[in-house]
Amino acid sequence: MNRPRPEPVQVVKERRDRALELLVKGVPYARFMGIEFDRRGDELTAIMHYDEKLIGNPFLPALHGGAIASFLEMTAIIGLSWQTLWDDIETGRTAAEDLSPETMPRLPKTIDFTVDYLRAGLPRDAYARARVNRSGRRYASVHVEAWQDNRDKLFAQATGHFLMPSRNGNGARVG
Amino acid sequence: MTLKAGEKARIAKQFIEAIPFSKALGMNLDDIGDGFAVISMPWSEDLVGDPQSGVIHGGAVSALMDTCGGAAVMSHPDAPAGTATIDLRIDYMRPATPGQRIIARAECYNVTRSVGFVRASAFDEDEDRPVATAAGAFTVERPKEAKA
Repeated sequence: MNRPRPEPVQVVKERRDRALELLVKGVPYARFMGIEFDRRGDELTAIMHYDEKLIGNPFLPALHGGAIASFLEMTAIIGLSWQTLWDDIETGRTAAEDLSPETMPRLPKTIDFTVDYLRAGLPRDAYARARVNRSGRRYASVHVEAWQDNRDKLFAQATGHFLMPSRNGNGARVG
Repeated sequence: MTLKAGEKARIAKQFIEAIPFSKALGMNLDDIGDGFAVISMPWSEDLVGDPQSGVIHGGAVSALMDTCGGAAVMSHPDAPAGTATIDLRIDYMRPATPGQRIIARAECYNVTRSVGFVRASAFDEDEDRPVATAAGAFTVERPKEAKA
């Protein structure tokens, strides 16, 4: 019987939720856009709460293409950063208690981002999930899918490439 | 129905300045003409994507490029005043300098019966080095009776 006792579920949850909250709350644009993240294990679902200011075509009405692009890019960056943070916390490389707004890892930088508008965004909440297709030491490729009422009927999708933050300290770029 | 260029530009300006999301981001239509548009947006704390540097989020730059691209399509002499984005690709060259206004210029360089093709670029106060460039396709919405 030398397997360590598993930690109480509440301790594990609190640690993970705290790390996610620090990651998302640190981004002012997420708050401005009304974007939040729901977590199930390591899987994140982004939610953009409907607000009148997100409208791009008041006559239809439909969400602004730029609001949709912002939502998808936010989902990609947080999803990518979360994957690294999750690994660091679960392996104990980073002690979750030590995380603070000042010591959070730098966010990946977008190199390019292509959004496909599949149908008009309706004036209601929207959801999105990111899939990291490749994450290397310096570059990552991420795909994002977004839907509203029906998970199978995407209203937008996107693919982007990102420059990963340096793993050795202060975010200085590795040559 | 054909409108004079000046009339069309006036309608486009009115239309763009009434868009809630563009208003929320503080966008201003600086210039518009036959198939081109210039729209700028001030730096704001609300738009920051990287709290450690104060650089605005790429998504806000996308929103500016998207609005500017749509305006360029609407102002094109061969396109009626209605459009939606089909796809938009943004390439980020460098972070926009915190505190500086971002100016996007878009050109609708080709219009077919159904599609407008757009190129755009964005600059801050350093006019020699673009912050981002973009390429996109937009729908051209024609009234039903105009169908040939």
